[in-house]
Amino acid sequence: MNDASTANKNLMQGATGPWEIVIGLEVHAQVNSKSKLFSGSSTAFGAEPNSHVSLVDAAMPGMLPVINEECVAQAIRTGLGLKAQINNRSIFDRKNYFYPDLPQGYQISQYKYPIVGEGVIEIDAEGESMTVGIERLHLEQDAGKSIHDQHPDYSYVDLNRSGVALMEIVSKPDMRSAKQAQAYVTKLRTILRYLETCDGDMEKGNLRADVNVSVRKPGDKLGTRCEIKNVNSIRFIGQAIEVEARRQIGIIEDGGKIDQETRLFDPAKGETRAMRSKEEAHDYRYFPDPDLLPLEFTQGYVDGLKAHLPELPDEKKARFIKDFGLSAYDASVLVAEKANADYFEIVAKDRDGKIAANWVINELFGRLNKEGKDIEHSPVSAAQLGGIVGLISSNAISGKIAKDLFEIVWTEGGDPADIVEKRGMKQVTDTGAIEKAVNEIIKANPEKVEQAKLKPSMLGWFVGQVMKQTGGKAAPAAVSDMLKAKLGIE
Amino acid sequence: MTDLTKLTLSEARDGLQKKTFTATELTKAHLSAIDAGNAALNAYVLVTGEHALAQAKASDANIASGKARPLEGLPLGNKDLFCTKGIRTTACSKILGDFKPAYESTVGANLWHAGAVMLGKLNNDEFAMGSSNETSAFGTVVNPWRRKGKDGKLAADKLVPGGSSGGSSAAVSGSLCLAATATDTGGSIRQPAALTGTVGIKPTYGRCSRWGIVAFASSLDQAGPITKTVRDAAIMLRHMAGHDAKDTTSVDAPVPDYEAALGKGVKGLRVGVPKEYRVVGMSPEIEKLWEQGIAWLKAAGATIHEISLPHTKYALPAYYIVAPAEASSNLARYDGVRYGLRVPGKDLVETYENTRAAGFGKEVRKRILIGTYVLSAGYYDAYYLKAQKVRTLIKRDFDTAWDKVDVVLTPTTPSPAFALGEKTGDPLAMYLEDIFTVTVNMAGLPGMSVPAGLSSQGTPLGLQLIGKPFDEATLLRAGQAIEDAAGRFTVADAWWAKRPAKAAKT
Repeated sequence: MNDASTANKNLMQGATGPWEIVIGLEVHAQVNSKSKLFSGSSTAFGAEPNSHVSLVDAAMPGMLPVINEECVAQAIRTGLGLKAQINNRSIFDRKNYFYPDLPQGYQISQYKYPIVGEGVIEIDAEGESMTVGIERLHLEQDAGKSIHDQHPDYSYVDLNRSGVALMEIVSKPDMRSAKQAQAYVTKLRTILRYLETCDGDMEKGNLRADVNVSVRKPGDKLGTRCEIKNVNSIRFIGQAIEVEARRQIGIIEDGGKIDQETRLFDPAKGETRAMRSKEEAHDYRYFPDPDLLPLEFTQGYVDGLKAHLPELPDEKKARFIKDFGLSAYDASVLVAEKANADYFEIVAKDRDGKIAANWVINELFGRLNKEGKDIEHSPVSAAQLGGIVGLISSNAISGKIAKDLFEIVWTEGGDPADIVEKRGMKQVTDTGAIEKAVNEIIKANPEKVEQAKLKPSMLGWFVGQVMKQTGGKAAPAAVSDMLKAKLGIE
Repeated sequence: MTDLTKLTLSEARDGLQKKTFTATELTKAHLSAIDAGNAALNAYVLVTGEHALAQAKASDANIASGKARPLEGLPLGNKDLFCTKGIRTTACSKILGDFKPAYESTVGANLWHAGAVMLGKLNNDEFAMGSSNETSAFGTVVNPWRRKGKDGKLAADKLVPGGSSGGSSAAVSGSLCLAATATDTGGSIRQPAALTGTVGIKPTYGRCSRWGIVAFASSLDQAGPITKTVRDAAIMLRHMAGHDAKDTTSVDAPVPDYEAALGKGVKGLRVGVPKEYRVVGMSPEIEKLWEQGIAWLKAAGATIHEISLPHTKYALPAYYIVAPAEASSNLARYDGVRYGLRVPGKDLVETYENTRAAGFGKEVRKRILIGTYVLSAGYYDAYYLKAQKVRTLIKRDFDTAWDKVDVVLTPTTPSPAFALGEKTGDPLAMYLEDIFTVTVNMAGLPGMSVPAGLSSQGTPLGLQLIGKPFDEATLLRAGQAIEDAAGRFTVADAWWAKRPAKAAKT
């Protein structure tokens, strides 16, 4: 997967020489669905504690799970988006353990036979493209939430999340640096958001990662790994990998060995800590859930979902490069968020794609960033920005005027073409008018004309004067050409 | 007036239709019988008299206005494994405490929608784990039948009513209800029916919804009725069965009019007799009963065929892996967190330990331990996985048999009702009670016990019929032929209804 040069760059220096970090990720993505995986309760976020809890979610005696078909469809869509094997027959198992936020005393998950098998994700990390293998994707129930800070003696339990559908997406241990792991999660998140199978909101915990890290000397066999649980931001994923790799290298270089264990990342202290020792390790006693039949669907069902799959980021990027002549970099920036790509497509439709990309990425994103706004709340709509780009492309306005125009639309709104018309911002392309201004400037500045003949860079001064004379509306290229001819400079 | 509690379900139905008596009279007669006899039999753990009389009153109104439903006004007992809305449901375990469900089981709701009246909740082995109703937190149930001593008089020993549906079988046998709901995981309908001279049918897995029934072993549990006659079983089953979207293992297939199928006889019916059921040590009277059953069906026009079910001997050991494994997981929800008993400890783990140690009885704890063990890392393949393979082979045995025969005839139990305490010290002997019945659950097939004779000591014995998947109608037809030949077996002397003098004054 990694050629030698990539591998070398990613090595971490220890006291005894370079170390290779091996990383695999288990991402838990909350399925976008109105109701839970096995009950009709709402999945809406932020409700009063224990207000979205059915008899099934609370594990009342005699209650039975019924699979939510929409969650199954979402898992299949995701599998298709990961170019993965879809298993037309899969099995739900029970993972048994006791905890107050797990009412059934077991989590319904998929163990031996997941709904989705092997797939791939293409990522770009530090300018290099690579493929990360997907091991599997399976459906499972989320647990409730234990709240420990509300009472001195008791813990509270909120079961609103209990039973919400999660997709656990397991990568192969293909990543070799924190940057690659971050790029992987970022790309996975983009794919999920394109597919609308998970909103990818890490702040709400709707996407979180368990990070498996081990270290080895280049060429050695795999080292013992530690699993860092529930890392909930892309930045923390990077930090957790760095500090965990450092910790492991330190132990091995001091003659110790790594215990396979589950750890937690503490961002405040910048360290990972063991969660539980081996003595407390669970034996989950997995077995097929006898309340549920094997999950089976036809290939026709999968094909039907495939036919309605949206265009995915990789395909969109390729199309942007091909159809709009964008650079790979610009295309990547635009497709990272579907909303951005959609915005760009409206701006660029039947217009100059490169100018459109330039305006969306530099002017619009820059301005949105500065004001802390997202694209859904942009004061300049795609249609308005498209209007501005159109005016630039047709030489109706100059780039400089376009920036003024953008400012007007941003603050006041309105149709760009109307504004240009009403406020007389149109670029002067009439050579007669330009020539008149050029002649006046030459006539008024004979000394400068002489100097310019010796020093051609003086041209800029003349262009500036002409623009000033025409109120910035003269087409700069036309002014420049005419001045060159009249001043006799190349 | 005749004693209304002595009527069968179908007779009572006809009497109500003819307005010979009212639903209220019928219900009151049963409530009086319970009042007089339950102290001795302990069949009911909760009597819902007011609830029953309110239902009966509504039934009378429906009958008067010509809007009678199929089971209108018929008083039933409901096993305490069935959740009842607003009415205490405990599975006869301390761990559920005074749990009052906010919902009614689908099977229960089906019966009440058909017009039936609920008299109360019936005793059972704790979480349906047992074959004698001696593991209930509410104490043992006593079989209305008693042995005859050598002198021909009834012996004083109290006998078990079978289990786990011992409350159901005792209540039906003792005329404390017209019919009862029951559940069967390894024989819990058929074995108690056999031990009390009643009819019990465990339908095909998926025929009745499991929703709202406290789970023991999900892949084996099925609801069914215990009744006085085969006809009553046909009536009950029709109104218990049916597809339920809330139970994905329930099957979406029409429920036939089982009662209508009864009259068709067994002429030409192919009856299989499995040689593997002639187990070593089978008592001569059980063997004789079996031969008698064969002769009756033959005389009624059926043909008899010896068949082989070679994996039968593995059924019981495999059952005692699968059922406890599922139970160990199903019972994890009783943790003292959300409902039922909680015995606080110094921390979470101790609270779990205290609660579950105090809440579960010995038999339940034992099965949870067995189930936990067989699912543990390193043992799963050797136990659980192997047991599932056995299950597949047992199913295959029957699939092969169905090419040759339409029903299979076997004894229901290896012996008649035994005395309270007789087998409690010998778990293996207790587990062997289910040797002829567990196979049917492992294969998911319908099975039925029909009273067929009395033991040398005058206690009932049953014959078991096993049918093809969803072919309960043929089972009932064959059961009717046995009942026609054998006659009904009722307890002559209602000794339990003789209330102590002190109580009689009130």
